[in-house]
Amino acid sequence: MIRIQARTEPSSLMKVASPLLAILLTLIFGGILFSAIGKSPSQALHVLLIAPLADSYNIGEMFVKMGPLLLCAVGLSLCYRANMWNIGAEGQLLAGALGGSAMALYFIDSDSALALPITLLAGIASGMIWAAVPTFLKLRFNSNLILTTIMFNYIALYLLIWAVHGPLRDPQGFGFPESAMFTDATLLPTLFENSRIHLGIVFAILSGIIGWFILSKTHLGFQIRVFGADEPAARYAGFNSKKLSWFVMLFAGSLAGLAGVSETIGPIGQLVPNVSPGYGYSAIIVAYLGRLHPLGAIIAAVFMAVIYMGGDLAQIEMGIPVAVVSMFQGILLFFLLACDFFINNRLSFSNQATN
Amino acid sequence: MKTHNSVSRLELANITKQYPGCLANDNISLTLMPGEIHALLGENGAGKSTLVKTIYGVVAPDKGDIIWDGREVSIKSPSIARDLGIGMVFQHFSLFETLTVSQNIELCLSKAQLNNIGDLADRIKKLSAEYGLNVDPSRYIHSLSIGERQRVEIMRCLVQSVKLLILDEPTSVLTPQEVSGLFDVLRTLSKEGCSILFISHKLHEVTEICHKATILRGGKVVDTCIPNEETPATIAKMMVGELAEQEAGYIKREGTNVIFSVTNLSLPSKHPFGTALKDINLTLKAGEILGIAGVAGNGQDELMAIISGEDARNVKQAISLNNLDIGHLHAGERRKLGMAYVPEERLGRGAVPDMSLTENTLLTHSDGFVKNGLVQWQSIKNYTQTLITKYKVKCHGEFSEAKSLSGGNLQKFIMGREIGQNPKVLICAHPTWGVDVGAALAIHQALLELRDQGAAILLISEDIDELFLLADRMAAVCNGHLSPLVKTEHTNIDQIGQWMAGTFINNTSVCAQEQEAKA
Repeated sequence: MIRIQARTEPSSLMKVASPLLAILLTLIFGGILFSAIGKSPSQALHVLLIAPLADSYNIGEMFVKMGPLLLCAVGLSLCYRANMWNIGAEGQLLAGALGGSAMALYFIDSDSALALPITLLAGIASGMIWAAVPTFLKLRFNSNLILTTIMFNYIALYLLIWAVHGPLRDPQGFGFPESAMFTDATLLPTLFENSRIHLGIVFAILSGIIGWFILSKTHLGFQIRVFGADEPAARYAGFNSKKLSWFVMLFAGSLAGLAGVSETIGPIGQLVPNVSPGYGYSAIIVAYLGRLHPLGAIIAAVFMAVIYMGGDLAQIEMGIPVAVVSMFQGILLFFLLACDFFINNRLSFSNQATN
Repeated sequence: MKTHNSVSRLELANITKQYPGCLANDNISLTLMPGEIHALLGENGAGKSTLVKTIYGVVAPDKGDIIWDGREVSIKSPSIARDLGIGMVFQHFSLFETLTVSQNIELCLSKAQLNNIGDLADRIKKLSAEYGLNVDPSRYIHSLSIGERQRVEIMRCLVQSVKLLILDEPTSVLTPQEVSGLFDVLRTLSKEGCSILFISHKLHEVTEICHKATILRGGKVVDTCIPNEETPATIAKMMVGELAEQEAGYIKREGTNVIFSVTNLSLPSKHPFGTALKDINLTLKAGEILGIAGVAGNGQDELMAIISGEDARNVKQAISLNNLDIGHLHAGERRKLGMAYVPEERLGRGAVPDMSLTENTLLTHSDGFVKNGLVQWQSIKNYTQTLITKYKVKCHGEFSEAKSLSGGNLQKFIMGREIGQNPKVLICAHPTWGVDVGAALAIHQALLELRDQGAAILLISEDIDELFLLADRMAAVCNGHLSPLVKTEHTNIDQIGQWMAGTFINNTSVCAQEQEAKA
């Protein structure tokens, strides 16, 4: 007889083992699924997980995808630590892409050294504004942050689509819904020759370190942790919940906005309708996979970027639909939540029924 | 004591229980006759809880026998214990907050018992009236204060017909009148042949009601006695060993200038089952302890929340500190002006369960430990170590999580942390609830020392003896009203007890009516 028993104390082993176990289960389940659609599971998993790291070009592309994932995930980690359920990284990223692109187009004939920093700041500010509205609605009217941030994701998406069809469309672009190509003054420099790795990945890793520094070294970060761990204690201590909510939301918004603008002035080089293949949503999984720890998010972002890369390669090399990426992410989150259940619970096996 | 027959109700023989790093029970033997009221005494950590949990089937002993009504039994679970006729009121309540009183009681009754009882709500009302427990079967647990919850726990055992009732500090939240009411209940049960195992830290209660007492220290039986042949002082000596200077009475002080005041504060309750505050006036002088007595749920929580600022409603003019209106400031700003608090709930409010003591020091004490927004972890760590040493907090170290400490030790830590900030005004709720004699003594000393340094202390407690011991002036709350403030030496237990029942309210019938309407 198998029963579920609540643990008296959360298992610290499971806290670490849960993401690993979830990844393992996802791979097993994925393998079964591949064989069900008539593909060799070993080859598919190889293409999905090993091939992205097999040569320097692929590794470079992996880093390109890791950047926005990590930027968003670090911000979300802080939000979730403070019990602010921000699902709006995608919208904040798109807002950053839109605002940053508008600024980059403004500087299209400029060779000012300030053009790039101002463009980046425009992207950051746009992301912050996009996070600020739902935050205000929550604090002022107690609206549900999950719902408003999701709504704002769609508003940002359609605003961006409208912009590339209208005011930001390239006049010489034969009517394609794309902006003009940005010029060097506003493009992020690449780090290595023959690769698309750009400054964005540096921002991302820095953000992880800054996020960790805030949480573990600053009084503000301590207050965030208390707020998430034990709200009555935070109120008892007199922590300013509004200030903390604003901080984590604007921090997340600024990082997501930075991710958005870095995409457009980095690997893409112009504003296009499909700036993000859902980085802002995947970042939620990255944040949890990284145990809401900004440094953990770095490792989790690598894994998620590999899956993104692998999905592209699987489509090219094996004709597996790219939807396999979303599917993998979905299964991963499912197993992660299932495994997290065992942090606070355990199975007990007993042969005889005890009363 | 009447013994109905010569067979003991319960006999424990050489009960031993070893926990990792701690021998909780060491060869404990104990005999309980039918109808006997038996006190189990000892400081926190002496092994009382482990022993009663063994009897109630929560803890399995490593060694030893349990003999029930002359038969050796193995009590593997609480439901077996209940089937035998053992009822227990835990110190930490086991009630479901989202269920009503009668649903909670129903949960631990078997089908057969339920059929016997018939209408459970009716039975609860009857027993409630009979024993004066004032328990409304339709109320939700989350809306009840600690005192009311404990009464539900007592009710839960009374509803079942018990042969042995185990009570872990049952009187700590009752008014003196209610305590004597409860003692009448216990005496009646005893005459009916029900044995009672009574854990208490209030020694005069033990001498008043118990037939026998067993005293534990460090997991061993160190003494047994017949309480009415002893005095509280002699029993205290047996409990704590050498450290027995107890309750000699402390010097009362007259405060100097008024430092903190609440003026004409009326406030509707935020919560449907909360208590509205009605025209509260109080002044607090530097260098005095003002004690507020009252049965749980009469507005203490609400008063504390509005004074601390946790209840963020703006009452600008009503609260002032050093002639400065502070009723509009939030809790953090009030702390910065020199206020500190010891809340009723230690774990989950006074301390974050999953954080270390070092982090819990920082929770309210950031002054001097934060430079340019950065936490000086090393100096907080050192300071926490000194707190642990100074207040004799038993723990592995400053890295221990708050939840790993016993209630009394956590309370010493929280008291030390708040006092360590040299507050001008300390608001302190139930400082020694559930704390052992030694720790209570240390907490009392710390409070008096703080008072003598010129701080004003507002002491909210349901332990009336403690209030008389510590407070320089006293008042009582009833149903959101605050009684006049009097010097402790100008009043007595009877008067305060009556005030706790609301006799000070101008139109007393109003209070009585309101209470009836609530019930």
